[in-house]
Amino acid sequence: MGLLSDPNRRKALTNLLTRLNAPICMVCYLAAIVWFMGLAFEPFTLRTYMSENAMGSTMVEERFSSGERALSLAKEFDAHKRKAGGMPMEWLVKAMQARGLEVFTQSFSRKLPFPDENKERYMVRGTNVYGILRAPRAPRTEALVITAPCSPGNSNNQAVGLLLALAQYFRNQIFWAKDIIFLVNEHDLIGMQAWLEGYHHTNITGMEYSPLQGRAGSIQAALSLELSSDVITSLDLILEGLNGQLPNLDLANLFYAFCQKLGVLCTIQGKLQRNDWDTAEGYTHAAQTMMLMVLKQACGRSWGDHGLFLRYHIEAASIRGINGFRHYKMDVATIGRLLEGMVRKLNNLLERLHQSYFFYLLPSLSRFVSIGYYMPAFGLLAVILLLRALDLWVNLGAPALEAVDGVTEAEQPSGPGVLTVLTPVVISHLTGVALYLLPVHLQEMAVEHFPVSETEAVVLTAVAIYTAGLALPHNTQRLLSGEGTEQGWKVLKLTALLYLAVLLGCTALINFSLGFILAVTLVPITASMTPHMPKALSALAMVLLSPAFTILYCVFIYQELIEAPVSVSEGWMLFLSVISQGILDHALYGSLVYPLLALFIYPCWLMFWNILFWS
Amino acid sequence: MDYYNLMRIFAFIHLLVSIPHGYSNYVETKAGQFFSSGHTNNWAVLVCTSRFWFNYRHVANTLSVYRSVKRLGIPDSHIVLMLADDMACNYRNPKPATVFSHKNMELNVYGDDVEVDYRGYEVTVENFLRVLTGRLPPSTPRSKRLLSDDRSNILIYLTGHGGNGFLKFQDSEEISNMELADAFEQMWQKRRYNELLFIIDTCQGASMYERFYSPNLMALASSQVGEDSLSHQPDLAIGVHLMDKYTFYLLEFLEEVHPASQANMNDLFKVCPQSQCVSTPGHRTDLFQRDPGSVLITDFFGSVRKVEITKDTINLTSPVEPPIQRSGSGDIQIESLTYVDQLPVAEIIHQKPKQKDWHPPDGFILGLWTLILLVFFQTYGIKHLKHIF
Repeated sequence: MGLLSDPNRRKALTNLLTRLNAPICMVCYLAAIVWFMGLAFEPFTLRTYMSENAMGSTMVEERFSSGERALSLAKEFDAHKRKAGGMPMEWLVKAMQARGLEVFTQSFSRKLPFPDENKERYMVRGTNVYGILRAPRAPRTEALVITAPCSPGNSNNQAVGLLLALAQYFRNQIFWAKDIIFLVNEHDLIGMQAWLEGYHHTNITGMEYSPLQGRAGSIQAALSLELSSDVITSLDLILEGLNGQLPNLDLANLFYAFCQKLGVLCTIQGKLQRNDWDTAEGYTHAAQTMMLMVLKQACGRSWGDHGLFLRYHIEAASIRGINGFRHYKMDVATIGRLLEGMVRKLNNLLERLHQSYFFYLLPSLSRFVSIGYYMPAFGLLAVILLLRALDLWVNLGAPALEAVDGVTEAEQPSGPGVLTVLTPVVISHLTGVALYLLPVHLQEMAVEHFPVSETEAVVLTAVAIYTAGLALPHNTQRLLSGEGTEQGWKVLKLTALLYLAVLLGCTALINFSLGFILAVTLVPITASMTPHMPKALSALAMVLLSPAFTILYCVFIYQELIEAPVSVSEGWMLFLSVISQGILDHALYGSLVYPLLALFIYPCWLMFWNILFWS
Repeated sequence: MDYYNLMRIFAFIHLLVSIPHGYSNYVETKAGQFFSSGHTNNWAVLVCTSRFWFNYRHVANTLSVYRSVKRLGIPDSHIVLMLADDMACNYRNPKPATVFSHKNMELNVYGDDVEVDYRGYEVTVENFLRVLTGRLPPSTPRSKRLLSDDRSNILIYLTGHGGNGFLKFQDSEEISNMELADAFEQMWQKRRYNELLFIIDTCQGASMYERFYSPNLMALASSQVGEDSLSHQPDLAIGVHLMDKYTFYLLEFLEEVHPASQANMNDLFKVCPQSQCVSTPGHRTDLFQRDPGSVLITDFFGSVRKVEITKDTINLTSPVEPPIQRSGSGDIQIESLTYVDQLPVAEIIHQKPKQKDWHPPDGFILGLWTLILLVFFQTYGIKHLKHIF
């Protein structure tokens, strides 16, 4: 007889499964953590290489030399920006037209759901200015975008200056096969979202914008510049985009290749690469860089103006110039040459970048970990959930087996009613919906009754609803008439485990970092949760490993990693601002982290909380 | 004295008689050398099979061989030039209307009188084979045809991306070494060439001439099986590699050759040794009937017209032995081969083909008749038979 249909063999297998379940789960969990940490160890990673044949090596001759002109343009831009109190539209339009570009403007406006305290804006109104350099001999079917943000104060003046100087230099060349769009966007991400939505004729976030008058064809790649000083010591590459999406690795490889050719120091996550991978410091450095990338990817916000392009399948990256405390400084002309080289290579492309990886982790700029290497870490965590579910399934089926053995007078215990299981599920999800909808909708009422600002009202309402959910099990039991049976909590746990496994699996496929971080904290408590454990201790463990506290730990770890550690109270304020930013990102750009946590992860956690207090 | 004088007169008369005889001997040896190659006209088929800007070097390869061949005398009407992509007018070319072979733009191989016969998407395996075998539709212009005869020496140069046993055309199809060998055999059977020189510059190029089996073929390749042919130098202003190593050194060698040069094939085999080329160039001469040392470069690369003025008549004998009879004097009767009908008229007009010999009737017919007979005898019984017959 077959392995599974033979009752004796099946009994032996299930006995094995039940006996070894807990040890296997612990081993899997430890293995997953060790695997993940081992990803940063250099011999386990691969060296980056250019995969796209059309881009070839860095063999172009860069001749850009107008560094001085770029700096004088930056000063002019700064002066006009101060005079206009925002985007100096007329000056920019005239400057771009003087350089032979086709210039157009776009105005946009957006009312945020509640005031943004980090950037101090609520009703946002602005203008984007962009100029199109038409390819001299090519049809207008493809385009490249170079963008610099128009930021208030002293930032990013040199970026706009360099943009204009590059535009003038590029206009004199005849080898462009794609149109090049030079974009100056106001109000960073909001302006960028308005421009992209206008370009692609979509409206996903409820922004109001005037339609674009000039268009250039389908965009193949985009580069965003952030430069705030006349000299720099290093260039930082920012890859993480909205919802943790990353551009094609070839773009990072291109940047790294040109940095090496021109002798420019390049960093990722602000950290310079080290050569001593066999020492503890070297490994820690690589692990820190990778952890920073994981944390940035998990929070799902766009860390540079480039992040919004990725949704439209446009490979984009942000390059930020950093003026640090190093001896060797580089001038704007070198950055101009680097950009010229990169854009010339992107010009040679025949198709969109697709030969290299879309899912990867970078412990340093020259080493990468592809999805095939990091996914097993998550897989091991998911296996724990499935093993527990299998164990429960076997357990639930066991009384039926004993009845078959011929004990006729034993009565089959009645299965749990559907209501017993469905009620906690429905109530948890309703709480999740409340957590998603109520903070924003009830802010006026909260502001009336409490002396807080709108932002604080929203965030504190969210925290309040989250904490209120902890009181649910007691109220749920009062609603249910019947007794809570052994069977009841087991069925509920089985459903919840499978639900969590599917949720985390889907999340990890799209945003590995988010899925992995949630799994690391949720899997131990959910796998081991039963009503028979000591209530106080396990309640404390569950709360300490809940999604909200996971976010809090991530905030503290992030601050540690960027070498700006914070105290507990500062950390708490940061945590509140992270929640408000999450809600704002969801409303403004369509980030999915907040809805995922509120509508799916939190109800799942609540179901396990229900199991803990099952009686 | 008289005797002495007579001797002198005799010697003088003998000398007078023998000078023209010696002279005609001299002329005959010169005539022997004159027709030593056996060809009367030259053709060249130069093919570049890759498209896209980053394959600039393949177009430059082909154009540099075109340039040499034209310089040495083969006219455009006898060159079939097939370029799969237009590099000179590509949007990415910073120097439009030029294709350079040396960096720093020393040599523009595109020139101002280039004549491309097959361009862009017209360069396909089908068109290439049709050019070689001559099976072109009647509407094809003369410039697109290889109008060679049995006294033509043909140079065929292929370049592009290739592998073990195949050459890639246009990123979407391939020609295999077997197809190429069969095409050459068709050319031999249709007497479309006298001698053929085949040069290929791709990765694993030697695999393309492994399968040749027709006579009078000589082949050169830039690398052996398992080796890659490498590109030579990039030009930073243009941003691409300009030439492949083998063809670069071939071009340098050919620049030294002039129409009267006596350089022979052994010098050509020495072009680009492994120290320069990194890959090992190969060649194949076993199918060629003359000694490669006696084959001039200009026999294939140039169109040299030799003129000798004589006042005597000369008997010309063929210096090349006729090829050995394939079938040995009637021992084995080989069935004569026929080509497959290109237009199977019989099938189109639904004619029944004539049967050559009688075959017993089909099993089905037999079975049917047996069934009918059985039924007949079943119904009527055997005893009734005598009433019928």
